[in-house]
Amino acid sequence: MALADQDQSTPVGPAGLSGSRVVQALLVAAIILTVLRPWLPDGLVRAPEWMLLPWRDWIDTVFQYVTFDLGFINVTRFLSGGLEFVLDAVANILYGRARWPRFEAVPWTVVASIAAVLGYALGGWRLALLTGATFVWAAVVGQWKWTMETLSVVFVAAPLGFLLGGLIGIWCWKSKRVEETVKPLLLVMQVLPFFSYLLPAVIFFKVGPTAATVATMAYSLPPMILMTTIGLKKVSPEVVEAGKMSGCTRWQMLRHVYIPSARSEILVGLNQVIMLCLAMVVLTAAIGMPGLGAKLLEAMGSFKLGRAFEIGVTIVLLAVVLDRLSKAWVVNLPEHFERGTPWWRRNIYLVIGVTLFIVFIGLSLMVSGMKPQPIEDAGFGNWFVGILDEVHRKEAMSQGKVYDRAIKDFLSLDAVTSVTGAIRYFVNVYILIPTERALLFVPTLAVIFAVTALAYRLGGKGPAILGFVFFCIVAQFGYWDRAMLTLHSVFMAVLLAVVLGAPLAIFASRSEKRAKRTILLCDTFQTFPSYVYLLPAIMLFGISPVTVILSILIYTMVPIVRYTLEGLRGVPPELTEAADMSGATRWQKLTQVQFPLAMPTIAVGVNQALVFAFFMVIIAEFIGTRDIGQEMRRTMAGTELGWNFVLGFSVVFMALTFDIAINAWAEKRRKLLGLA
Amino acid sequence: MNFVKSLAVGALALAPVSAFAAAHNSSDPIVIPIHNWSSQIVMSNVVGQMYETMGLNVEFVTTDSQAVYESIRLGDVTLELEVWEGAFGASYRAALAKGGMVDAGAHNAVTREDWWYPSWTADACPGLPSWEALNECADLFKTAETGDKGRYLDGPVDWLKHGKERVDALGMNFTVINAGSAAALWAEIAAAEKDKKPVVVFNWTPNFAEAVWPGAFVEFPEWEDGCDKDPSKGPNPDALYDCGNPADGYLRKVAHKDMTSKWPSAYCVLSNISFNNAQIAEMARLVDVDELEAEDAASEWLGANGSVVQPWIDACA
Repeated sequence: MALADQDQSTPVGPAGLSGSRVVQALLVAAIILTVLRPWLPDGLVRAPEWMLLPWRDWIDTVFQYVTFDLGFINVTRFLSGGLEFVLDAVANILYGRARWPRFEAVPWTVVASIAAVLGYALGGWRLALLTGATFVWAAVVGQWKWTMETLSVVFVAAPLGFLLGGLIGIWCWKSKRVEETVKPLLLVMQVLPFFSYLLPAVIFFKVGPTAATVATMAYSLPPMILMTTIGLKKVSPEVVEAGKMSGCTRWQMLRHVYIPSARSEILVGLNQVIMLCLAMVVLTAAIGMPGLGAKLLEAMGSFKLGRAFEIGVTIVLLAVVLDRLSKAWVVNLPEHFERGTPWWRRNIYLVIGVTLFIVFIGLSLMVSGMKPQPIEDAGFGNWFVGILDEVHRKEAMSQGKVYDRAIKDFLSLDAVTSVTGAIRYFVNVYILIPTERALLFVPTLAVIFAVTALAYRLGGKGPAILGFVFFCIVAQFGYWDRAMLTLHSVFMAVLLAVVLGAPLAIFASRSEKRAKRTILLCDTFQTFPSYVYLLPAIMLFGISPVTVILSILIYTMVPIVRYTLEGLRGVPPELTEAADMSGATRWQKLTQVQFPLAMPTIAVGVNQALVFAFFMVIIAEFIGTRDIGQEMRRTMAGTELGWNFVLGFSVVFMALTFDIAINAWAEKRRKLLGLA
Repeated sequence: MNFVKSLAVGALALAPVSAFAAAHNSSDPIVIPIHNWSSQIVMSNVVGQMYETMGLNVEFVTTDSQAVYESIRLGDVTLELEVWEGAFGASYRAALAKGGMVDAGAHNAVTREDWWYPSWTADACPGLPSWEALNECADLFKTAETGDKGRYLDGPVDWLKHGKERVDALGMNFTVINAGSAAALWAEIAAAEKDKKPVVVFNWTPNFAEAVWPGAFVEFPEWEDGCDKDPSKGPNPDALYDCGNPADGYLRKVAHKDMTSKWPSAYCVLSNISFNNAQIAEMARLVDVDELEAEDAASEWLGANGSVVQPWIDACA
């Protein structure tokens, strides 16, 4: 790993051994074991059969006992009952689901125009245009109902995730103890493979929008919590002093001093909540998320790439709009009016909104009870008003078929297929398959030693011991080869992401405009459903390791670019100026000033990339893999919960090891640089 | 749509519409699961619309096609219309054994799930569909990753297809690679189509691919009962899975155990329902080829096939 750092003071190991000695000893042991492998007894190559404990049965028994005998399911079902009520009400308002308060579906024109007014109120005409256009797009391409179905869950999951995450974040900031308990839990939640969530989610929270909301929150809470805590911790003592001097109560301190000062971090958290909510739209379709995600999967199932693409565009647009709206809302300062300003003037946006609402509802009443008719029969006026009420699928200007042709034609161009064919051959045959074989050749114990050494080098004694224990647990879970294949894909994807992402981030950091565009690109890739490009990737690269790694790569690039950019831009201008004045070249400035200072932030990015990679490597089973993901798929037949969790936790323990080591390293670095 | 009227009606429950609703069927919605392949989606909508004409409430929920059996057991989902013997047999049997789910009989349709090739493959390997001829041509199916063996692209592992066991049992010169999803299989067939590259993949009928890519199943030694449990069955006396899959697998319907008492008429209709292969293929075609939305496809299919479904409903009045 490129993070290892030469001039760092070496930690002192047990019994007076210096840290680097321990690392060397472990690595030498690993190498000796590997070299001797052909002569080693089987029991030393892989964990022997008698060491594997019957975790599967134990987990099944405990799960059964806690869920049904102790009645834990009643608690979760009670909670999901409350959640369901809220979800149903929102669903009724947005698309007329037959639940309380039993309105009928609102015409799309009403939603679109009110959204545009909201956009204007929060962020001016640009935001109004973006918001309005997004909703008009959804209606015009015939995805209105699905969009509303999706939003009915997002509108509950995102605010809930934001609030809950913020609250837990504040709690973690208040109490070190809470923070220490919550942090590892969050990580487990994030890296526990999605296939492990499927069954518990539908058992505990009922298949449907409720299970989808809970699963979405499980993924979107962690960044919110972490960012809130980081932001609050960073508030400068001067600001705190000023607050105290003006006699703030504790609540006032929090409300008016801490939270506003931590605004930029909280905003990043909010951005991630929204991005992750929309990124989960497709996956959660498996547990009852209605709308766009389910339709996208349906389109993929009958190989309609164009249709799937169109739906993917809608999901990205929604993500961008919601992100911009929420940011504008948080940043917006209260407006002050002169005394005597009339009521309607003060509430001008409310007035416009209500007016538009009444106008479009009125129009839709005119056509109520009318069957949709072709324009020739109805006359233009009626047809047009009908369209304002509801765009039927047949009238929609969906270009699915056109995109479909375009995509498929492009994918069968000789120029394209010959290049990708060559890449596929070279990368698979000369890089990925040999490295896979090599990793499978290495004895289990040697891998454990090597990982321990790496953890020691990065984080010191504590992380090394944890890493050793965690990997031993993985070994005795009994799916070592599959775990190694998983690790292989993860490492390759992260490595590639660093190689490709770091230069991109450096390029982007050179100007404000580029940085903005790059961040938009990051948001797009994070929310554009990966399923859409999986199929073209399969057509080009086949069902093979290179396709798997490419699909993970797209996700791992995002945090690498985002955080490297953030880190480089966060370098104080005084320091870069000082470097300029002492006559440093651009390269020197980059390697000696900017990168060292940005490294702790970049490390967070690498860590995020690893977490994302561990998440995506399992999803890549959609293509076809031979790793843990594939075995997890096998557990889906016959609902083998215990088996599923053994596999899920094999992934969790591997991810935890790297996360802990890298975080410890970043923390040390920050202290060293005086940033913490 | 009538927004104001609905405001007025407000929280009033829907009035019973027909004899069925009066016959002590619960007014709670019957929850029908939707998966990600067209025939299942259209069929679910067809049955949903049948229930609605009977005055029952229906709701749809999208779910995973394996995890759905746990939801049926718990009663969160009321029924399932497409239980494929091959792909979902294991989950179905496990759920039945744990209790909470009842079997509502089989469709008339038979399913076949086996090795399959698109028609252009036969040009390159004229001995097809015999499996021995396929084995002779193994060279044609090589890929970068499989070296000098041919590649057979099997279905996702949770469909439990035993492709690898069959290759071993019959001593075939093939490597089995598992695709992760139906869509991944389609992508591979589509990519092969351009250069008419020979491929042999897992496929099944009835489904949408038949209409897009004509092809045929590979003929393996015919299935004998016990081929998966008794080594002596099939040509290789020492191995399991040395036969083709049954060419007439079942397609069943199941329901939550309380459906019989909560919506007796609906359950009665469910047990009468029996679609055949042609009807299922037609439902899929309306979506896959005619590009209708599932709901519209269901209405259209019902419009043309009212005489098929009406007796099933009438028998339960």
